[in-house]
Amino acid sequence: MAEVAPAEVGHGDAHDDHHEESFWSRYVFSTDHKIIGFQYMFTGMAMALIGGYFAYVFRMQLAFPGSSIPFWGTLSPAAYNSLVTNHGTIMIFWVAMPVLIAAMGNFCIPLMIGCDDMVFPRINRLSYQIFLLSAIVLIVSFFVPGGGFGGAWTSYPPLSAKAEYNSTPFGAPLWLIAVTLEIVAFLLGGINFITTTMNARAKGMKIYDIPMLVWMIVIASILFMCSVGPLIAGAVMLLFDQTLGTSFFDAAAGGDPVLWQHLFWFFGHPEVYVVLLPAMGIVAEVVCVFARKKLFAYKLILYSSIGLGILSFFVWAHHQFISGVDPRATYLFTTTTLLISIPVAIMLFAFIAPLYGGSLRFSTAMLFALAFIAEFLLGGVTGIWLGSSGVDIYLHDTYFVLAHFHYTFVPIAIIAVFAAVYHWFPKMFGRKMNETWGKIHFWGTIIAFNCIFIPLFILGSAGQHRRIYNFQNFPDLAGQNMQDMRVFATLSLVVMLVFQIIFIVNFIVSLKRGEKAGKNPWNATTLEWITESPPPHGNFGHTMPEVYRGPYEYSVEGREKDYWPQNEPPEPKTT
Amino acid sequence: MAHEIIATGRSRTGIPTGRLAVWWVIGSEILIFGGLIATYLLNRFNHGPSWSVEAANTNTFIGACNTFWLLTSSLFVVYAHAASERRDAAKTRMWIWLTILLGGFFMGFKTYEYASEIHHGFTLFTSNFWSFYYTATGLHGFHVLCGMVILAIIAEGDIKKGRNWHRVENIGLYWHFVDIVWIFLFPLMYIAK
Amino acid sequence: MAGHKHPSYLKIYITLVVLFIVSVIGPEVAPSFGAFARPVVLLTAFGIAIWKAYLVCAYFMHLKVEKIYAPYILLACLSLLFVFFFGTATDAMFANGHNWVKPMDENEKVEEAMARSYVLNKDKHGGGHGDDDGHDSESR
Repeated sequence: MAEVAPAEVGHGDAHDDHHEESFWSRYVFSTDHKIIGFQYMFTGMAMALIGGYFAYVFRMQLAFPGSSIPFWGTLSPAAYNSLVTNHGTIMIFWVAMPVLIAAMGNFCIPLMIGCDDMVFPRINRLSYQIFLLSAIVLIVSFFVPGGGFGGAWTSYPPLSAKAEYNSTPFGAPLWLIAVTLEIVAFLLGGINFITTTMNARAKGMKIYDIPMLVWMIVIASILFMCSVGPLIAGAVMLLFDQTLGTSFFDAAAGGDPVLWQHLFWFFGHPEVYVVLLPAMGIVAEVVCVFARKKLFAYKLILYSSIGLGILSFFVWAHHQFISGVDPRATYLFTTTTLLISIPVAIMLFAFIAPLYGGSLRFSTAMLFALAFIAEFLLGGVTGIWLGSSGVDIYLHDTYFVLAHFHYTFVPIAIIAVFAAVYHWFPKMFGRKMNETWGKIHFWGTIIAFNCIFIPLFILGSAGQHRRIYNFQNFPDLAGQNMQDMRVFATLSLVVMLVFQIIFIVNFIVSLKRGEKAGKNPWNATTLEWITESPPPHGNFGHTMPEVYRGPYEYSVEGREKDYWPQNEPPEPKTT
Repeated sequence: MAHEIIATGRSRTGIPTGRLAVWWVIGSEILIFGGLIATYLLNRFNHGPSWSVEAANTNTFIGACNTFWLLTSSLFVVYAHAASERRDAAKTRMWIWLTILLGGFFMGFKTYEYASEIHHGFTLFTSNFWSFYYTATGLHGFHVLCGMVILAIIAEGDIKKGRNWHRVENIGLYWHFVDIVWIFLFPLMYIAK
Repeated sequence: MAGHKHPSYLKIYITLVVLFIVSVIGPEVAPSFGAFARPVVLLTAFGIAIWKAYLVCAYFMHLKVEKIYAPYILLACLSLLFVFFFGTATDAMFANGHNWVKPMDENEKVEEAMARSYVLNKDKHGGGHGDDDGHDSESR
């Protein structure tokens, strides 16, 4: 392992000769990974508010059809489609990915592997700028004539290709351009994460000493990079169909619309694991710290996640069981889909295992991490029904699917993210968030979340379709008890949104008035906790850390303290 | 950046970070171009007879010349790499500019080719075959153009000032990849009619 | 990387050019193989393409002397590409299913294509109506 750098002297001195940095170069055009991480995090959180607002509006329409919705007005069917489409698109591409991968990756990876920044800081900055541009393009698409794209986040042609069908001649291409830009931003960012982790680790940090969060983000980046290629090709083709009038996906002219489905879902399925793995990484970190125990079966988790990644490329057609694919292919895809639940289950159980015999501390972060495990388990189990092609014939495009993916996505994008924020807030900002308000936020969010989506499972099994503007138009679905469930789910959503105010206030107030956190408020072992909170420019001052042991040495027998930081030199042997 | 980043200089794998990143970029590009080519093939097998007739109209002579320009430019860029390892700035820049020159021939021949095809009535919208043809070769041509620009920047911005020699190898890898894509596009569009 | 032994770049280049010439000549001489015309074209066109790509990768890109990560990265991406192709082919390459037919008329498309074919129509005097079996109509 060649150390090509000359002396590994930290930046402590280099920054005393101060380059007086303006606000712009320090906070806006920074190449520092921590600042870029914050930029992603705050942009993602802002987009989450927009996506959540859209959900509020269309749920109100479903619960009280035709009424005037507070803070919106009446909702037309076209606008309904647009809100549904953009809610999904925003939550996946502009909330889950930036916060879980770009924000957590940017902030945590260099700190956790003991180096001073990403290996390509300027490309890092560029990737955020492209990402920001993509968010702006998407938001612009809401205000152009015709409004935002309404053809579902899956954007199947010919609906998405021809303006005569989708009525959003400007919104549709803008949406596609926004998604493409976002993909480019994440390709650039991913290369940074992968190369940094492969090459820039601290001295002594061997493969199995790398914290699980870092592994997960790297594997997720690789999965993303490998799955998105065909989609980029497809997006270019769809964009040409939309704007130039080519007919790549126009059946009448010899194109093939089903090809888009394959191009999309070849990416779409690995994508869910792209967001799942970092969430699991966060849970792994939090559980170990607050159970004071080593991560159970580190290598097994690692190999399972790699197996999961590989297998995820072989399951995509389970999204297409009823689109006319060859039934013999469905045998294959059902089998692989059922198989893929095995590595996921292994990983979930491996996160439960440290709880046994651990010295549990129920901080807010730990509560969210445990909730992740419980809720994701429900989501995953319901996926098994959907993965069986026979059952899926009935359940496809019903609210059962929707409830399934919300029981997986919300833990990933919201619950795990809250766990991460409560856990790393002290490191990021030097102060702790208020624990009492955190716990109130936790219980409100979790209870409300379940109240939203359990009724939707029931409604879905009863045959309620997705993407319908008003169920009162369907006699079979218009019954009073069904409508009551819709109202209950919607009101629970309002409650859940209100509880997020607590989080936002807690966050902002704690920035200035939170209890001051030292370097290591949680007594954790990984490298980010050995430096100041917040870390200085260059992260570790004059001497870069050196690693002597694994990342989860908690409650090691024979030692006085219940944690053993990675960088503490081994004691000389005494009798 | 005001100062060097320590992380960039580390190399736990033994591959310098810049080159490692280029391998990952090439990996992702394999899937992008590969996705496009796979889609072309899927359509081609579906429409064998009519697409053959359409494909008969591509200009094999120009395609072959372009293959020759790219092959030779690959040789030149690897000579540039060898010269950069010897730290010979003059030779490195010479070979880089010769590479760019041949890239320019490629783009020139391609422009003439597109113009004559359009003149004969084959545009992006004529039929699906032509949509694919222009998209695939257009995307490839765009990559050639970007490569030429970056080569020029490295030659004049870095090599002239005697620094960042490793960049020659990295852009060379990218250039070889662009050549390989054409090695596959050429038989697909011009030979296997 | 400096100082490693490598074969002469020029020799590799000459090999590449020879292969290239063979691949261009292939379709010209293929008809003389009669029934084997198509396999010959495919072999010369794509077999040679693969061989050329290998030469460029191994020698010009120095994959032969590179650390093992690089070939693994490339092979992984290539394999996934094949997964995509073969997974999609079962669906996208059939013109009809159990209860549906793709709305396209191939013969009509062939006629349209022949009508606008510059190459076929310019030597009309030589009886340039396209062949009925389609793909032998290559010409300069």
